[in-house]
Amino acid sequence: MVTEAQVWEALADVPDPEIPVISVVDLGVVRDVRIEGERVHVEFTPTFLGCPALEVMRAQMAERIAQLGAEPEVEVVLDDSWSTDRITADGREKLRAAGFAPPTPRAPEGPQLVQLQSNGFRCPYCGSRDTALENIFGPTPCRSLRYCRDCKQPFEQFKTI
Amino acid sequence: MLELHRQEAVKDELDLPAEPGFARREPHSGGIAATRKKGAHGGNMVSPVLRRVSVPARAEPLLEIADDELILGWRDSEWTGIAPFLEEDVAFSSIAQNEIGHARALYELAARDLGTTADELAFDRKPAEYRCCELVELRLPEWERTIARHVLYEQADAERLARLKASDDAEVAGLAAKIDREEAYHRLHAEMWHERLRNEPRYVEALEELRPLVDRRDGHTPELALLWEEMTSVRRSQPAGTTW
Repeated sequence: MVTEAQVWEALADVPDPEIPVISVVDLGVVRDVRIEGERVHVEFTPTFLGCPALEVMRAQMAERIAQLGAEPEVEVVLDDSWSTDRITADGREKLRAAGFAPPTPRAPEGPQLVQLQSNGFRCPYCGSRDTALENIFGPTPCRSLRYCRDCKQPFEQFKTI
Repeated sequence: MLELHRQEAVKDELDLPAEPGFARREPHSGGIAATRKKGAHGGNMVSPVLRRVSVPARAEPLLEIADDELILGWRDSEWTGIAPFLEEDVAFSSIAQNEIGHARALYELAARDLGTTADELAFDRKPAEYRCCELVELRLPEWERTIARHVLYEQADAERLARLKASDDAEVAGLAAKIDREEAYHRLHAEMWHERLRNEPRYVEALEELRPLVDRRDGHTPELALLWEEMTSVRRSQPAGTTW
């Protein structure tokens, strides 16, 4: 019989299909793992509801658990329990190293336009804070586009959710 | 130009927040025709309504929002490739993807109560059975009218989500909270464009023209049926007995 620790370790091998440098565990989307006899029940939360990676993640997690010889049961939880604050310190560093600026901490009042248009966001390449908002939206629901005025490099900023 | 229902009293006040949003709809147990498919259906036949069910109280408001988000998502996606700026191609495509994702989650919750599936609710009902407001139905190839709809919709949607977040039903409240966090970015985008166009007469006129449609749900514009034809054509063309 598999243990919870083995399942967590196995899930740490499952990459985010859109940003493969981090795993679903780094991303903080795995909310719970329960062993019920031969069955492994995993609860996970989507990052964004329209994220096309959702089904891929679900299938990859099920496949990885099946490799442990257990019967996977992966449940998608549609509530507000995921936040970008749940991305691990490791995960944030991996994002930054891959050129994605990690999300800023969640603020009680939610995101504000003046804040996004301010220069408080750090360029993942050169570390400058002199960066401008190019687009609230980006190539996937979870990212915005910014431009670094110092190193002249456009970059993707993880949205705070 | 479409013939639209004009508000009698033109509002001078255009600053947000302007008008009350979607009217509060008390849950009630009316009947809806939930379509049930027996396997695939072929030709151009609309899936027959096989049974009428009494809608559990919470499914009714969920369907209303889900239909709004699905139809608006479809309309927003029409800007992909033709927006006035490349960045707006990206923005409206992303917003459309979010809206359709919200619709899917809401349909899934409603489908559990109704004993059906999200896909059947999204695509196998007849146009008259959708509960969306007229605002989301219109094809708006003019940028200023699209932005006016965006501003009006996001404002009303925010008020509706605030009510749902306070629901006693933990599943409804939880999902509404999740949706609202994503919608916050849509609101920022709408706010940015409102600031940019607020003194532009074409935009001001579009706001006045579209405002009455925010809460009009008694019937549908002819445009919904046209959209529905496109939206469901592939699904309806599936040969009987096959799967994708």
